[in-house]
Amino acid sequence: MSLLLDIGFAVWAHSLHEKIASMISNPTAAQVLEMVIAGVCLLLFLVPLCFFLGYMERKVAAFMQMRLGPNRVGPKGTLQIVADTVKLLMKEGLTPNSADKFLFNLAPLIVVITSMLVLAPIAFAKDFQLWDTNIGVLYVSSISSLSVIGILMAGWSSNNKYSLLGAMRSGAQIVSYELSIGLSLISIVILSGSLKMSDIIASQADGWWIVKGHIPAIISFIIFIVASTAEINRAPFDLAEAEQELTAGFHTEYSGMKFAMFLLAEYINLFVVSAMAATLFLGGWMPLHIGHVEWFNHAMDFIPSSLWFFGKTFFVIFIIMQFRWTFPRLRVDQLLNLEWKYLLPISMFNILLMTFIAIMHWYL
Amino acid sequence: MSLLGAPEVNKEGEFIVNIGPQHPSTHGVLHLKVWLDGEIIQKMEPHLGYIHRSIEKMSESLSYRNFIFATSRMDYLSAHINNQACALAVEKGLQIEAPPRAQAIRILLGELTRLSSHQLWWGCMGLDLGAVSPFFYAFRERELIMDIMEETCGARLTQNFMVPGGTMYDIHPNFQKRVKESLVKIKESFKEYDELLTGNVIFEGRTKGVGYLSAEDAISFGCTGPTARGSGVSSDIRKWFPYDGFEKIEFDEILDNGGDCYARYKVRMLEMKQSVRIIEQLIDNIPEGDYQAKTKNVIKLPKGEFYQRVETARGELGVYIVSDGAASPYRIKYRSPNFSNLSALEKMCTGAKIGDLVAIMATVDLVIPDVDR
Amino acid sequence: MNNEELKSALTAVNPNVTFDETSEFMQAFVAPADFRKFMKAIRNNADLEFDFLFCLTCIDWKTNLTMVYHLLSKKHRHQLVVKVKLDDVNNPILETVCDIWKTANFHEREVYDLFGVKFNNHPDLRRILLDDEWEGYPLRKNYVDENMISL
Repeated sequence: MSLLLDIGFAVWAHSLHEKIASMISNPTAAQVLEMVIAGVCLLLFLVPLCFFLGYMERKVAAFMQMRLGPNRVGPKGTLQIVADTVKLLMKEGLTPNSADKFLFNLAPLIVVITSMLVLAPIAFAKDFQLWDTNIGVLYVSSISSLSVIGILMAGWSSNNKYSLLGAMRSGAQIVSYELSIGLSLISIVILSGSLKMSDIIASQADGWWIVKGHIPAIISFIIFIVASTAEINRAPFDLAEAEQELTAGFHTEYSGMKFAMFLLAEYINLFVVSAMAATLFLGGWMPLHIGHVEWFNHAMDFIPSSLWFFGKTFFVIFIIMQFRWTFPRLRVDQLLNLEWKYLLPISMFNILLMTFIAIMHWYL
Repeated sequence: MSLLGAPEVNKEGEFIVNIGPQHPSTHGVLHLKVWLDGEIIQKMEPHLGYIHRSIEKMSESLSYRNFIFATSRMDYLSAHINNQACALAVEKGLQIEAPPRAQAIRILLGELTRLSSHQLWWGCMGLDLGAVSPFFYAFRERELIMDIMEETCGARLTQNFMVPGGTMYDIHPNFQKRVKESLVKIKESFKEYDELLTGNVIFEGRTKGVGYLSAEDAISFGCTGPTARGSGVSSDIRKWFPYDGFEKIEFDEILDNGGDCYARYKVRMLEMKQSVRIIEQLIDNIPEGDYQAKTKNVIKLPKGEFYQRVETARGELGVYIVSDGAASPYRIKYRSPNFSNLSALEKMCTGAKIGDLVAIMATVDLVIPDVDR
Repeated sequence: MNNEELKSALTAVNPNVTFDETSEFMQAFVAPADFRKFMKAIRNNADLEFDFLFCLTCIDWKTNLTMVYHLLSKKHRHQLVVKVKLDDVNNPILETVCDIWKTANFHEREVYDLFGVKFNNHPDLRRILLDDEWEGYPLRKNYVDENMISL
């Protein structure tokens, strides 16, 4: 069945491509049309995804805090987040008088667009990938670090001291944690020998890297989770927002849809880092395979590859959400200490270890 | 403003941030003007009075029976103990003493109040440091105490159960049973509290060595309560000047020489256990008898001055009554614990970071209506 | 130290002090001119060492304003009330003690705010609870506010 589903998508996409090519003779125009269709599909996918993540976050929080969570709008409160979105849409999008209006309005767009761009090379299922570029991992890490520009822009242009402090914190934080993320990604690249997403996933056909890569892979998985939580400004690293210190940090002055954009970007980022963790360490859409135990591998193959991907991704999301509702927030100097004194040296040493393992072919 | 809307520093080149009066971590309408250098606090200046109601002036036109209830609105988290202080001050003027049953009820309700106040503080402490979940755990047990208060006093927060000469009514028949049931749950919850915050690495990092207040400064600033005891200054009025029969009860004054936020945190955590200990001693030994001494309908204090102090959840509350023999006080001064504790805030904050300011305010446990009165 | 010992120790500090023992605490009346020197002495005297100023307030007796300082020694556990009568009701002035006890800083501002007593050499004498533009001193007995309803 899974085979049907997976092949079905490739066949369907291919036939669409043929149809467009036959209708439009100009190849450039045809490609543009295909891109537009893909973009619209992506947006249509992102909206329910963010709704679900918002709902999930509230329910996880409620579960950890002995509450019920949203339970009034719609069955089991599922439509609460829709109601909230409608509310945000209808609110006035206020721009403060003394703000730099152009940058102020541009900032949320930059934040959202950069986070959406990162989705391009991610494989959602077998053969289900927007852009299988040969520099996939490099692309993800470079684009995702652009979001700090949007945050700095928002904080600077708001003409609010809380916002500025939040933006400065965020700048220091994202620039530092970028290093650990990069190094932990490289450790997997060393193992798989490719930056291409599909190659990395294919290299995990007989076992996921977190299992095959022994201890260094586990270390870099943990570092990746910690650093990416910091990278996307989530608690306990949410210093840029730090409600109790800076009211709302860089988005203090935002309201309505512009505020919703930041929220949207936060959830997309959460999804992206979890998807990256799932792809690099947990095998992406690749089912759980154990060496050459054929009957087990066949049984696992029957679960659709999209389910594998989303299952792993949401598992990582669940872990990151639990961080948020468990830990107190770090102070800004402790945050930088953690990165420069602990995570960075560990991940540098880890890379050496990983290279050694790769050279010796000690992985399975 | 500049071409690109940047928040400017003022003419002297200072970067000033106004924290409050509407701010999530000031727990009320406190306004702190903070001079910053990057993240580091250079200078801090509290601006008070946003909810000043002049309770002292109001009390000058209220009778000795009525002025007690205005004090519930000062430190609303230990409303009961405030009422007790006023009732005791009037009793001191009348030279009467509440009957033993009333005294026991007062102590019991007072310690329940202290417990619930500390529970709220613990939840807010976590919240201020960015851990949201402890808040809900704290409120779970606080709700038990609030229900007991509701059943016996008829109100949950501002109980107004004290009258000169005793308590307004006798306790509810279910009181002892419910307190004992709740205590079991509350004692279990202490373990959970420790698991959620106390041993957490991030929490220790945020509180240890932060907001240091030396013992000399604590005395000089007039700090009392857990704020002073966290600096190793003995200041428990229940031990120093026992009232309502505290001299007969076994409990320890918690002292910690750390002087930092973690020390103040530990003092409060251990104080909750002492409150439970006090309640356990008394709950089965409430003496039989009257719950109220006989007083005249219109109370008139003799000419003179009467000073009564009690230990609220935040420190020493002093009620200073100056009487000219009339039916209402000539002058009342409330020496509120928070007002003095607040004055030490600048000392603790200078040189700390913004994140520390929040932690320090949380451990000093300010209640702003008590500061402003 | 009991009251008698306290008395003799305080008289040694300043012979012009008068005492009143009718209330709960022993009261010492000091003249405004000697006040600051006296306070400094009883704070720093090793036998007295009143290091804890737990209450500072003022009473408006219409004919005079009386400043009241409640003092306690954490070490010796004795207590004292120091009172200073300010006869000039219209322009009461007293020396500050906020360099002796830091808590006096806020409390003196409060007294200035509500009673109008001016403290010499106070580093930051502004209104603390009321607006800076507020007129009059609310806790004075002659304060009139047309919005006030008496019961």
